[in-house]
Amino acid sequence: MVEFALPRNSRVEPGRRHEPATPPKRPREFKIYRWSPEDGRNPRLDTYVVDLDGCGPMVLDALIKIKSEIDSTLTFRRSCREGICGSCAMNINGRNTLACIKAIEDIDGPVVIYPLPHMNVIRDLVVDLENFWAQYESVEPWLKTSTPPPTRERRQSPEDRARLDGLYECILCACCSTSCPSYWWNGDRYLGPAALLQAYRWIADSRDEATNERLEALEDPFKLYRCHTILNCTNSCPKGLNPARAIAEIKKLIVEKRL
Amino acid sequence: MIATGRTGIARLKAQGSAKSGAEHWWRQRLTALANVPLVIWFVVSFVSLGGASYTEARAWLGSLTNATLMVLLIVSVFWHARLGIQVIIEDYVHGRALKLAALVLLDFATVALATASIVAILTVSIGG
Repeated sequence: MVEFALPRNSRVEPGRRHEPATPPKRPREFKIYRWSPEDGRNPRLDTYVVDLDGCGPMVLDALIKIKSEIDSTLTFRRSCREGICGSCAMNINGRNTLACIKAIEDIDGPVVIYPLPHMNVIRDLVVDLENFWAQYESVEPWLKTSTPPPTRERRQSPEDRARLDGLYECILCACCSTSCPSYWWNGDRYLGPAALLQAYRWIADSRDEATNERLEALEDPFKLYRCHTILNCTNSCPKGLNPARAIAEIKKLIVEKRL
Repeated sequence: MIATGRTGIARLKAQGSAKSGAEHWWRQRLTALANVPLVIWFVVSFVSLGGASYTEARAWLGSLTNATLMVLLIVSVFWHARLGIQVIIEDYVHGRALKLAALVLLDFATVALATASIVAILTVSIGG
């Protein structure tokens, strides 16, 4: 059966509390999931009191401040700090989002930060995304053609180009897939909303000549039809995209072939 | 069982596509659509027969229309339930043997219960 409860060695225990030496002017508590593969201990929730004076506005700014000034062992991924690289995806106060575009002032009370749900943790807020990238690769996210290449670029009308809006903006941060219960229970076989939105991005591309091949590769009870339109994906997407709609479009195209 | 010990893209490519699932998805929606009028008709009829005697109820089911709609209701509801429960088993039951046993049992139970219901309807309707 599916594991609904955390195994004994994954239960989160209370952790340490880090207070600044001088009383902060604008204190805010950050409760952060910590786990190290090296000490054989259970994960714990550490509390850091951060002075918001002298801290940037976003949750990522606070994480960087904690790592620089309070606890250099805190581990997380980040790169662009402007919502385009997708590295700092994490669960903040119960919702998957990007720490770099989540404003601290939008959160009431303590800021509670966990890694992306139901993923294997490598350390602290860093999760193993190998399967996620393999799923992306499996939808063959590149232009596939069989006709001879034209002398110039393959052209596309403005209308056909507009069909890629809401699809090409996906930055593969994994917020959607890791918010999906179907992905939690069957992530080894269900491709998940991110990979399926990317698959549809190529199905919807007027220049691509492998539409039928792509649809046939997706028609599978687990790869595609584990989606039960729960819509957590659309709810969590920090870029405001709608993976559930992309999945529905794929299902419609497959059914239309037989009508 | 597909060979294990592979990781990442190799495992996903080995799994391939079953090239099925659309039929299941489509039938689940068709039976859901059919269930809407059939269940409303059944509830309304059930309530209106509330104080009826056994003879009156038998006479009601003796009508060709009512007996036909009752059989359609049974077929549609059991078919829909069969498709839906399959999805629940596939979602949550992960042991291979247990999953296979559950899916086989589901098919047998659905056919047996639906057949028993239809035989009961016809028996009362025809007046056996």
